[in-house]
Amino acid sequence: MASTTTTVSVPGATAPAGRRSQRNVRTLPLIAPSVIILFLWMIVPLVMTLWFSFQYYNLLDPSVGGFAGFENYTFLLTDPSLWTAMANTLFLVFWVLVITVGLGTLLAVLFDQEFYGRSIARLLAIAPFFVMPTVSALIWKNMLMHPVNGLFAFFARSLGLPAIDFFGSFPLTSVIIIVAWQWLPFALLILLTAIQSLDSEQKEAARMDGAGPFSMFFFIILPHLGRAISVVIMIETIFLLSVFAEIYVTTSGGPGLASTNLAFLIYLRALREYDVGGASAAGVIAVILANIVAIFLVRSIAKNIAD
Amino acid sequence: MHPKTREKLILTLVGWLAAGLIFFPIFWMILTSFKPEVEAIATPPRLFFTPTLENYVTVRERADYIHFAMNSIIISVGATLLATLIAVPAAYAMAFFPGKRTKDLLLWMLSTKMMPAVGVLIPIYLLFRDTGAIDTRWGLIVVYTLMNLPIVVWMLYTFFKEVPKDILEAGRMDGAKPKQEVWMLLLPLSLPGIASTALLSIILCWNEAFWSLNLTTSQAAPLTTFIASFSAPEGLFWAKLSAASTIAIAPILVFGWMSQRQLVRGLTFGAVK
Repeated sequence: MASTTTTVSVPGATAPAGRRSQRNVRTLPLIAPSVIILFLWMIVPLVMTLWFSFQYYNLLDPSVGGFAGFENYTFLLTDPSLWTAMANTLFLVFWVLVITVGLGTLLAVLFDQEFYGRSIARLLAIAPFFVMPTVSALIWKNMLMHPVNGLFAFFARSLGLPAIDFFGSFPLTSVIIIVAWQWLPFALLILLTAIQSLDSEQKEAARMDGAGPFSMFFFIILPHLGRAISVVIMIETIFLLSVFAEIYVTTSGGPGLASTNLAFLIYLRALREYDVGGASAAGVIAVILANIVAIFLVRSIAKNIAD
Repeated sequence: MHPKTREKLILTLVGWLAAGLIFFPIFWMILTSFKPEVEAIATPPRLFFTPTLENYVTVRERADYIHFAMNSIIISVGATLLATLIAVPAAYAMAFFPGKRTKDLLLWMLSTKMMPAVGVLIPIYLLFRDTGAIDTRWGLIVVYTLMNLPIVVWMLYTFFKEVPKDILEAGRMDGAKPKQEVWMLLLPLSLPGIASTALLSIILCWNEAFWSLNLTTSQAAPLTTFIASFSAPEGLFWAKLSAASTIAIAPILVFGWMSQRQLVRGLTFGAVK
């Protein structure tokens, strides 16, 4: 024990080889629990999903069973509902990203300015992020978008326009609006933090050189925000690929499959149709999609951990 | 008027307008929760009315609401405590005795967070069914612990790294054993960091709605599941639903506001500072 205490006081410095091994012995029991349970949490369900995706497996019909080969995949890939769900997933991710990053950037610039009561206004603006998804979905569904009693219907009628049946006529768009409302504060919060880390001297220098608000935005602020924006895009993408509660509460994926995304399709297949094999194959596709994004995200985090 | 002042006034107007629009749905829900049920669905919508607390009284009197709220509290706090308990030793080891692989290990932990929940829904559901964990509090506590563990380890790691090493070293000189060092020095010194880590973990558990909707029905259902059950009977209990929702989001809203700075750190894994 006594000899290790001297090595630990200079972490990061290159310790003699013999001492390092001694140190590893000590830290192992501290780190192991986290690593082991995370490893199990990651690998066991994933392997099971993979395994099920090659099996005939129906929860209601025990007579169905055995190795299915690629049957679940070929069935899934030739099933139009997968492609509808995939298209809906990407459509939702894309538009929520456009709305949240676009508006989020503008709002971040706005809330970076000095004005009266700014900190309170900022608290109000980030509030939707802390509202549980089922509550926000219900607020929008019942109080705002309801075709008879909703506030939007009231506004439309006051203007002499027909009330819009949001979830009937534009189910996916309605879900996108709700999800974008929830994630806008996230983009705002991150981008605002990034803007505030911008060197004020640099801004001052640009202003001295006669940069107007627009050139300031496009040549100073936006380039500085590049990294933060890409982080926002990646993190949101990972979460948006599995949007579930908002659809569950508002449209149940309908009408038809109009607002079914990949996450909801898997839920339908597995827990409503009890087709474990088919749902697992879709699960594998969802994992692959998310991993494509995750690789880039991990790379950009890795750059920052180096210290 | 001085142009600088006018600019500031216009900014104030635009800023508050933007904030007001974003906050409006929440404001409307809170307002509705104070309306008598009949006024809640009245058209045209009433902005002025005699406020009432009857909805809150009804909600509080319904035993099941307390049951669901208790579930939310027990599950969020339980999972947060468990995750912190497992994470503190790991974060301590990685922050103070970094090895060659520490960085890779940290990145690997974060990468487990990027697995989409739907990808593993089926095995988890089946494992839960076979072990009798469906609709139990401990089942959700386990899932939430695992779900948040990478973020908790990561955040604690960054907070521990900010603790001046000299202080710990001085303690060691005075003969503090590793356990004492952690309990008497490290934990008190990094208490604010631990608190905001725990707060973020509670927020994430409280609002989680994928696992809670799929793995609980009634016994262990937290508020997310309970409120989702109102999606069917439309328009009947808007005022009561609003009151129930307001109570459900209020504590988390306050926690979120309190920890917004640390939140950025936790949610972006430090990629944005």
